[in-house]
Amino acid sequence: MSATTAPVAHASVFADQAAAAAVDASAPFAVLRQAGAEAFARLGFPTTRNEDWAYTSVSTLANTTFVPAGEREATALASTSLLTPFLFDAAWPTIVLHNGRFSPSLSSLTSLPEGIRVSTLADVAEQDAELLARFLGVAAPADRDGFSALNAAFAGEGVFVHVAKEMVSDVPVHIVHVTDHAGAGVMSHPRHVLVAERHAKATVIASYVALDDVTSFTNAVTEVYVEDGATLQLLQIQREARSAFHVGTVEARQGRDSHFLTFTFQTGGQLSRSNVYTELRGDGGGTTLNGLYMLDGEQHGDHQTRVEHVAPNCFSREMYKGLLDDASHGVFNGKVYVHPEAQKTDGKQTNNTMLLSEKAQIDTKPQLEIFADDVKCTHGATVGRIDEMSLFYLKTRGISQTLAKQLLMYAFAADVLETIENETVKELLEQLTMQRFTGDTSH
Amino acid sequence: MLQINDLHAAIDGKPILKGITLTVNAGEVHAVMGPNGSGKSTLAQVLAGHPAYEITGGEVLYRGENLLEMDPEIRAQQGVFLAFQYPVEIPGVTNAYFLRAAYNQIRKAKGLEEVDPMEFLDLVEDKLKLVDMDASMMSRSVNAGFSGGEKKRNEILQMAILQPTLAVLDETDSGLDIDALRIVANGVNALKRPDNAAIVVTHYQRLLNYIVPDFVHVLAGGRIVKSGDRTLALELEARGYDWVLEAA
Repeated sequence: MSATTAPVAHASVFADQAAAAAVDASAPFAVLRQAGAEAFARLGFPTTRNEDWAYTSVSTLANTTFVPAGEREATALASTSLLTPFLFDAAWPTIVLHNGRFSPSLSSLTSLPEGIRVSTLADVAEQDAELLARFLGVAAPADRDGFSALNAAFAGEGVFVHVAKEMVSDVPVHIVHVTDHAGAGVMSHPRHVLVAERHAKATVIASYVALDDVTSFTNAVTEVYVEDGATLQLLQIQREARSAFHVGTVEARQGRDSHFLTFTFQTGGQLSRSNVYTELRGDGGGTTLNGLYMLDGEQHGDHQTRVEHVAPNCFSREMYKGLLDDASHGVFNGKVYVHPEAQKTDGKQTNNTMLLSEKAQIDTKPQLEIFADDVKCTHGATVGRIDEMSLFYLKTRGISQTLAKQLLMYAFAADVLETIENETVKELLEQLTMQRFTGDTSH
Repeated sequence: MLQINDLHAAIDGKPILKGITLTVNAGEVHAVMGPNGSGKSTLAQVLAGHPAYEITGGEVLYRGENLLEMDPEIRAQQGVFLAFQYPVEIPGVTNAYFLRAAYNQIRKAKGLEEVDPMEFLDLVEDKLKLVDMDASMMSRSVNAGFSGGEKKRNEILQMAILQPTLAVLDETDSGLDIDALRIVANGVNALKRPDNAAIVVTHYQRLLNYIVPDFVHVLAGGRIVKSGDRTLALELEARGYDWVLEAA
């Protein structure tokens, strides 16, 4: 662990690093970096006085110093086969960021179907700056909050996925973020841009995995554009190291009759925060935001979602479930915001958490803000424990305490896992769910 | 097979069983009857190891071993089975997965090899017929959305698959219409062997027309106040419980 912990007033180390990065930038990223550095100098890290951060303190993170990924020498993985267990299917187009830097040798884009473009941000900036400029920093502006600002200030690494109009692809694109021992004390700020053009359909998987337990800081921003009639699925699998800090922000803009689906799986990190924000800007669109969090030890995991119903006749469906053990702390804050013009909005949001120990804790806050008068919106949250009668029933059939608990946890998570269309990903997450609380901490 | 000696049990500090003594031998069927609140369901739950009950006195020997020291899953692995009065619904776990998990855990405890899903489905096929259940029930979540009769038949199906040495049926007849009752009773009768035994807890004599007991015990106020043969059940049916309680 090369990260050092010392009190830092107003996150000034980060601000200085951001300012330095802004100066040292090539043209396509210079504007965004400058805006990010300025915004971060103004905003700093959010504090718990901020309503959206009321239950999540980032002071440990703010008091830790990291080296920007770009300033570390790129290293090779001890063995490329170490990555294999995280790849699902080697035949899928795969792009790998290793300790925050693009790794050409670990990436494989040979299987790309025509009509799908997958490249690094740097490449697309060089080859097609105009195309990138249409999307970069648009859905996710530099000044949304301190983390977005910091990400913008270091803009440069990331993946550009562009699915041409009417292109329907069954093969997912896999973006893998892998941290190993050389990533200790490193911070990375990847920014991905995903575009599904008119009537296109595609799936993107973003995995965050660790080979070694080191203190790293990943602060990812994913900008998503789902144009008219398009469908885009984004599966986020956050399995960072236990000592890691992870902040992931997805900001989407949706066109008419589009459908944006996310599944956010969160199980790693000492502190993790997932933001999924989307704007339904065209008639008849829909958003499906699902998630599963499984934490133990002293992990802290926060999920924020915001669905903005800007246009009428749109739907949103949201189901987040969580299993919290030991002294872990979960947070769910889901906002559905219905603008005055968004009549006939159909929104449904649920958050269910199962607490597996006396010390585990969840703060859940589903919120509806409705400014239209002809809408159908519901929300609800439940917090429960393992049902003792169910446990007893299973045990009276000869099933061990461990397996009985596993079965009940699995049963709890089954319906949200069932929403994942991709069978390979679904099977992995089902397995992880079954294994998570059996004392096997390699997740 | 089972020897209950002066068993006392309480829930939330409130005594329910106040000295039960009962011996069950292999090949026997015992009926335990009694008015509401007499402690008969408590007796069934205590035998299965329900954690809410505190044993405050006495002992239970099962095949010579201290049953009360065993965890519920160990009791089950040793051949004790409780058919629940209110079977628990477990949404999200299929009946097939649940039953195979139970079957395999019991096999594992006996040092036998586990069976795979295909083998298991073959094995279940005959048992399903025994309780007149459709194979489609196997792919539904455990008891979730089952009718009262379906739940009870599912209990007997589990019993048929797990082949217990000592089966305790807790008011398996309550809430059943006559057709369902016959199916359940036939299932229980078909599983009867010289080397196993059953304790049938019931409020009504009706079940005992179909499952013929060797012994009938009347439980009241946490004690067995009268024991007899099958004719005792008929007498209770004709005269109610009051005369027994008064005599006690």
